[in-house]
Amino acid sequence: MSKTRPADYPRAAAATLRDTPEVRDAVTAATRTFDTHRRESWAQIDADRWRDWCRDVKEHVLTHLDDFLEQAETSLVANGVTVHWAERAEDALGILEHIVDAGRVRRVVKAKSMLTEELGVNAFLEGRGVHVRETDLGEYIIQLLGEPPSHIVGPAIHRSVDDCRRLFHDHFGTPLDATPEALAATARQALREEFLAADMGISGCNFLVAETGTLALIENEGNIRLSTSAPRVHVAFVGIEKLLPGMADLSGFLQITARAATGQPIGNYVSLIRGPRGSAESDGPEEVHVVLVDNGRTTLLADDVAREALRCVRCGACLNICPVYRQTGGHPYGFTYSGPIGAILAPALLGLEEAMPLPFASSLCGACADVCPVRIPIPDILLHWRERAVEAGLTPFVERMGVRAFGAAAGRPSTFSLAGGLLRYVPWALGGRALPVLGGWSAERTPPELSREPFHKHWKEGIE
Amino acid sequence: MRVALFATCLGDRLFADACADAVRLLRKLGCEVDFPEGQTCCGQPAFNAGYVEEARRMARHTMEVFAGAEHVVLPSGSCAGMLRRYYPELFQGAARARAEDLAERTWELSQFIVRVLGVRELGAGLRGRHIAYHHGCHALRELGVRDEPVGLLRSAGADVVPWDADEECCGFGGLFSVKFPPVSTGMADRKLDSLPGVDVVTSADGGCLMQMSGRARRRGMTTPFRHLASVLLEATA
Repeated sequence: MSKTRPADYPRAAAATLRDTPEVRDAVTAATRTFDTHRRESWAQIDADRWRDWCRDVKEHVLTHLDDFLEQAETSLVANGVTVHWAERAEDALGILEHIVDAGRVRRVVKAKSMLTEELGVNAFLEGRGVHVRETDLGEYIIQLLGEPPSHIVGPAIHRSVDDCRRLFHDHFGTPLDATPEALAATARQALREEFLAADMGISGCNFLVAETGTLALIENEGNIRLSTSAPRVHVAFVGIEKLLPGMADLSGFLQITARAATGQPIGNYVSLIRGPRGSAESDGPEEVHVVLVDNGRTTLLADDVAREALRCVRCGACLNICPVYRQTGGHPYGFTYSGPIGAILAPALLGLEEAMPLPFASSLCGACADVCPVRIPIPDILLHWRERAVEAGLTPFVERMGVRAFGAAAGRPSTFSLAGGLLRYVPWALGGRALPVLGGWSAERTPPELSREPFHKHWKEGIE
Repeated sequence: MRVALFATCLGDRLFADACADAVRLLRKLGCEVDFPEGQTCCGQPAFNAGYVEEARRMARHTMEVFAGAEHVVLPSGSCAGMLRRYYPELFQGAARARAEDLAERTWELSQFIVRVLGVRELGAGLRGRHIAYHHGCHALRELGVRDEPVGLLRSAGADVVPWDADEECCGFGGLFSVKFPPVSTGMADRKLDSLPGVDVVTSADGGCLMQMSGRARRRGMTTPFRHLASVLLEATA
């Protein structure tokens, strides 16, 4: 199966809806549940003030990002952590390869991390003969299926319990009517062996506190804690936008992130990692490496409009409420981050041309901006990328000519009226066959009927 | 009070009756209605598709056409949102001041009736009617119009029936529905699948009505879809 790219979105989305309609049902049900929990959870706090505060803290960090990064590095080094800087994905992978080789690492357990998906860590390690095991239950399921995550928080939400029953039946011989609890217990058993045998644990990071050099990781299953404490080496990949100034800031962000993502007041497990095992400590890794990754983030930082996307805490709230995302889940987007946040990150992280047409894959309904815990103005950033795409000549030729002609006509009322009058002769009744661009539209909808006469004529005759 | 009606593209060609009903309604409420000649398109389709230069040209033209109007009223939350929320962002200096001035005088129909005219009850013409109200995204999120249309319908005796997806996007989105038809159709289906049994579905936006009714007809549904202006005129009876 060739990898889906953003350019495939129109075809891939159509294929998903046509060939696997159950994906739409599963994604819609799961995201509506997430969103309901988010709404209930926000009703318990003064959410609007929390969101203002979180936005302001993140803005402060981004405005002084260079200072905070240096402070974080100093704190981490003081804690005994080895700090690495990676400008691009290949740099990050090169650093990882070096750590793997130096530590003679053969087996890796992974905590759920979107950044490692973005960097392509699993394929890279497997290509070098290293055994890699995802340990988040959802990630484990999609790893067994050979699929990428379809949601930032719930990587397997496009799959039903029945899909998992069949998968586990094939892999472990569990009964086809096994309960979800029995399936989870089977996975836990298999994963315990992986934790104990692993040489290295790889994680992402929700927040990095600059003042103390603390890595904060939020989860519900305990697998992140095991991945980061059982193996002798821990490598954390951290996007450079993940910084927070101090521990007091962290307490607020731990809560708003969990509430936005799943409606929980806080994650079941929050791991605060300061560094490797101390001399008086009985467990923990011998080595901790932090890889600070740019990979396009400074492109965002340099963009006056799109930079606000760097406030993102990866809660997935915008995916959960997005009516476009709900139709297909994340796979057709062809990018690690799907839905509204993916559509505004892609042009910076992939380049605008490669990201097309994702900034256009939105009806601009604005629901995402209503729920973002750090108030990213997603629709405005979508419009910004669309404007850049037009400037760069990346929109279809026919569309470009059409809009220009329409715009010119709209500046001259007589021409505009004439153009509108011609609409009367466009044979909508032919199912839009005369207008190829409308073919798809009218294939699934009955075209509207034109009014008997345009309103401006009616007005001239007088309105009773 | 003197108001200028901005019929909008879809209003002029596809919802001409609703525009006439808006005129009748405003007159009933004591307004003198003008229809400035030379009005064309607000520029939203171009703006939303990234063609900012073309949108600016249309905005400039619209600002000239409505320069003298005391209030501009549109039978569309979406186009009203374009004027109120985005026109000022398209300009700088003196033009921006003119755009801001126009934005402050621009209203979606039900918003104008409640917020400017201060009218909260229209009559009793909808007694016993079961109505589903679709909140168009831009009326709801750009203009903050939620209670105005629903309140006016209820005050006239309508039972505005709870609808699970009433604040979800119908999937029209202008060029969006042309670029990604199956996704757009899936969104319309979500609206229709959750639609309760009602006498009529109404909304302040012709684009949404065209999308939802077009899909409903194709699916063989017979529920009528009518523009809010026509339903509100009925409410005055």
